[in-house]
Amino acid sequence: MAFWILAPIMVVAALGILFVRKAVHAALLLAVVMIGLAVLYAVLEAPFLFAVQIIVYTGAILMLFLFVLMLVGVDASDSVVETIRGQRALATVLGLLLGLVLVTGFSQLALGTAVGMEEANRGGNIEQLANVLFSRYVFAFEATSALLITAAIGAMVLAHRERLTPKAGQAALAAQRMRDYSESGKHLGPLPSPGVYARHNAVDTPALLPDGTASEASVSRVLAARGTVRSAPAYADDIDEVRRQLGAGRADQPVDGTADATDPARMPEQSGKAGAPATTEEDVKTTPGRSSSPPLRSSAEQRPGDPA
Amino acid sequence: MTQYIVLSAILFTIGCVGVLTRRNAIVVFMCVELMLNACNLALVTFAKQHGNLDGQVAAFFVMVVAAAEVVIGLAIIMTIFRTRRSASVDDASLLKY
Repeated sequence: MAFWILAPIMVVAALGILFVRKAVHAALLLAVVMIGLAVLYAVLEAPFLFAVQIIVYTGAILMLFLFVLMLVGVDASDSVVETIRGQRALATVLGLLLGLVLVTGFSQLALGTAVGMEEANRGGNIEQLANVLFSRYVFAFEATSALLITAAIGAMVLAHRERLTPKAGQAALAAQRMRDYSESGKHLGPLPSPGVYARHNAVDTPALLPDGTASEASVSRVLAARGTVRSAPAYADDIDEVRRQLGAGRADQPVDGTADATDPARMPEQSGKAGAPATTEEDVKTTPGRSSSPPLRSSAEQRPGDPA
Repeated sequence: MTQYIVLSAILFTIGCVGVLTRRNAIVVFMCVELMLNACNLALVTFAKQHGNLDGQVAAFFVMVVAAAEVVIGLAIIMTIFRTRRSASVDDASLLKY
């Protein structure tokens, strides 16, 4: 029963390998075929091979295929140019002939009633397999270990690449940095860290420069390219909102008036308030039509003209 | 049991045609794996037909050899891709001149 469900799926998936354009799709179709084969092994009373098929083939080998596909590039599609003329048509015809011969030959095969694995699997399939493997096939098993070692070393040798230039050490990197500074005036120190605000301190929040504009060096270029950087005026709004909520919280307290006048901790906030709305107005002025677009870019545009 | 052998033959044929027609080296490799898997299915089927485990042991060895073959083959494909920036089997043709 499982066979008649799985066999058409496997044949269709295998045919798909011939026709899909992308190698990744071929790999996924091959996974379908291999899992179907694993189930067929279970039906054929080979539970050990069922597990090995899933672990080794669909687990290890197909993942290796996908790794190499990612390294080579997933868009490396097939070329349609034939180097040998008529090869594709000839191969198809010969393949059909081979399939026809094999299928007609095998379907006329009279295998008789199957003996079945009850006797051979008595005491457990894995135990009986181990009995056979470590007695009659022990030499082949040892040869297999040599083969696997050879394959591992061969893969390492093939994947190894000699370094053409010496690796840049810490001293060389420092000297290069000094050279850059003397030649182009590139900043010596590390890049500024992202901004830390009352409500945001993630990597997508740019730090504010002393003049209130956002420092584009403080956020990752990747985030800036994606356009997911938060805007500096939003923080200024945020400061106002926080102040309003703090003020509302203060108003609930009975000692509000005396604390407001004498609390020295509020002094930096007031100086911040003096700077923040100015930034907002400036940004709104320079970007009249697109206040929703990242103002980080607008502030970066105006910075070269800025004497600061 | 005949239907298993027929399925194995069909899968083997498809893998064969794939090796002959596809030009991407990795897909050609996948078709080789398909042929090996088809042979494994025949081996396991015959193991059940004859009621002994030799066929299953043979299929196990085929899997081991296939794993080693895939490791080396993919490493070779990577090396060729590194020097030629191409994974097509038609581009690696300098040896014949």
